[in-house]
Amino acid sequence: MTFLGLNERDTRFLLIVVALTMFTPFLLQPFAENSGLAQFNAGYPDLMQRFAIYGIFAIGFNILFGLTGYLSFGHAAFLGVGSYSAVWMFKLLSMNIIPAIILAVIVSGLFALLIGFISLRRTGIYFSILTLAFAQMSFNLAYSVLTPITNGETGLQLTLSDPRILDPESITNSLPSTSLFGLEMNDSAQWEVFGRVFTFSVGYYVCAVIAIIAFYISLRIFRSPFGLMLRAIKTNKTRMAYTGLNTRPYALAAFVISGMYAGLAGGLLASMDPLAGAERMQWTASGEVVLMTILGGAGTLMGPVLGAGFIKYFENIFSKINDNVLHGWFAFMPDGLEDALITLIHPFVGKGWHLTLGMLFMLVVIFLPGGLVELGQRIAGLFRRRKAEDRSDDGSKATTPAE
Amino acid sequence: MGILEVKGVSKRFGGLKALDDVNITVKENTVHAIIGPNGAGKSTFLNCLVGKLIPDTGSVMFEGQSLLGVAPHKINQMGISRVFQTPEIFADLTVFENVLIPLFAKRDGSYRMHAFETVENEADIIALAEQMLIDVNMIDKRHAHSASLSRGDKRRLEMAMCLSQSPKLLLLDEPTAGMARADTNNTIDLLKEIRDKRDITMAIIEHDMHVVFSLAERITVMAQGTPLVEDTPDNIKGHPKVQEAYLGGH
Ligand SMILES: Nc1ncnc2c1ncn2[C@@H]1O[C@H](COP(=O)(O)OP(=O)(O)OP(=O)(O)O)[C@@H](O)[C@H]1O
Ligand SMILES: [Mg+2]
Repeated sequence: MTFLGLNERDTRFLLIVVALTMFTPFLLQPFAENSGLAQFNAGYPDLMQRFAIYGIFAIGFNILFGLTGYLSFGHAAFLGVGSYSAVWMFKLLSMNIIPAIILAVIVSGLFALLIGFISLRRTGIYFSILTLAFAQMSFNLAYSVLTPITNGETGLQLTLSDPRILDPESITNSLPSTSLFGLEMNDSAQWEVFGRVFTFSVGYYVCAVIAIIAFYISLRIFRSPFGLMLRAIKTNKTRMAYTGLNTRPYALAAFVISGMYAGLAGGLLASMDPLAGAERMQWTASGEVVLMTILGGAGTLMGPVLGAGFIKYFENIFSKINDNVLHGWFAFMPDGLEDALITLIHPFVGKGWHLTLGMLFMLVVIFLPGGLVELGQRIAGLFRRRKAEDRSDDGSKATTPAE
Repeated sequence: MGILEVKGVSKRFGGLKALDDVNITVKENTVHAIIGPNGAGKSTFLNCLVGKLIPDTGSVMFEGQSLLGVAPHKINQMGISRVFQTPEIFADLTVFENVLIPLFAKRDGSYRMHAFETVENEADIIALAEQMLIDVNMIDKRHAHSASLSRGDKRRLEMAMCLSQSPKLLLLDEPTAGMARADTNNTIDLLKEIRDKRDITMAIIEHDMHVVFSLAERITVMAQGTPLVEDTPDNIKGHPKVQEAYLGGH
């Protein structure tokens, strides 16, 4: 059975991804509302949208970094450009997210073409620094010369006086909300069952469908001759040159594609919440997508998505564990011990989530260079080996190594 | 007239004259060996042919076109492939992928990118790659991670990668170094077969005289950046200058 040009294995893989994405509102809401663990639920629309959007951002980044090995430290610039473009579309044209997203992808693609063309004259660390410099330049321009476009520090927002030429009926005395042909992004339905509240929001499902398409395109690129050539560039540029291939056009194509993914993510962020600020382009945001990709597993298909989910979960959930929560957990202990334990844990949770994330990141880089995906493979390998041992318990048959 | 004509080429590295007025003509459809002691400038000579180095003086012509200042990938597209002294392969990829890449590069060039085809469905290219691996006796290792290959296998793989592009001129820098005796003999057989079956010119650098005398139709002896003699294998064998160069007369 083949489906959309995928072989059997990849079709199964895609279907699993589709199922997981569609059931996310259930999967991320495992704890009952009145249990102490309810704060670990992540199934609310705002966060689920972020999972999907940053997943797209990381999938695109991985096409550049994971396949070609070119490490860009400026991809947040494309995210920011995408957001600004989308908000301008909401202001001038229509609250429909389709034109906004299309413009976001086109503008960020052109921007990536320019920055990529210049940055790819260098490789390695010099390439990284060039991309970083360009992103910081964009960030600073957004606060200075470009304020007529970006609205400076306030950020670009909708106003009542915006023309919105395609939907004049939206000019009322309250700000309209973004929509997809009448379906409003912030519409949602709730379902309460087994003491859990599941929320199904239009915004999340729009993001989810687009994320699945983005994943599918990345899957096709991975399996294509283009993808193979990109991996070859990562492994040995010298051999590539002596094989008759100028590597720059290929690397530039990957750069532009990943820039367009970032722009798509930025456009979606604005579509869920129509405002755009320059902080989206800051170097920390560029660094975050690098972390996501490496943490999940650079060069793997699922890794970047897992990494994005992991970091966004940390940022939004783990950061909420404050001292009150800790006191609640350890209330059964004698007071002295309880206080000592909380003092010990305090720096690592709540506002200290960066510290824990940093340590986890170090552990992954040192022990699991393949990221969370490698962890998964190792665990799967362990089970497979155990099964193989069970089958030949006399030990005469050599077990096949994992992978 | 030769397919490759090198005239008056010199190359200095600081105070060291690595190549000093080198004149070599390689005739079409021959196997031309270049021998000489370590540091004679043999690899430097090849580097000047493939665009890795630009000579200080002199000219390098391939089929009547100058190669000076031409980018390595363009030189390859003109029909020159090189097997390096230290194998240059795609170490992170499988053996099979290593052979697919030059085939795609030759078919598509630098600008035709196929992002929505699937490698698995490229039946023509896959058949060629499989045949190439059968020819170099490595088809059973097609799924192996190429970084894990022995040095000899890496070299044979690199040879397969170059040959898959059907180059007009194949440059081999010590193709059998690091190979077991049996593999060396296989390689000799392979190169002989290619020499006899295809329209191909080979320039081969080699320390193993068994390999040189099995394959070469013409031999140039180099020492200290200069060709000393060029002749047929039979005449070279007893030549006093060759003995001198190898026994360290300088
Ligand atoms: N890029 C370089 N920079 C400086 N010196 C170099 C460079 N490449 C080669 N040399 C020097 O030039 C001389 C010739 O080197 P080359 O590698 O061409 O010798 P070779 O004949 O290939 O020797 P071998 O048989 O050991 O491979 C050596 O003295 C070497 O150290
Ligand atoms: Mg050498």
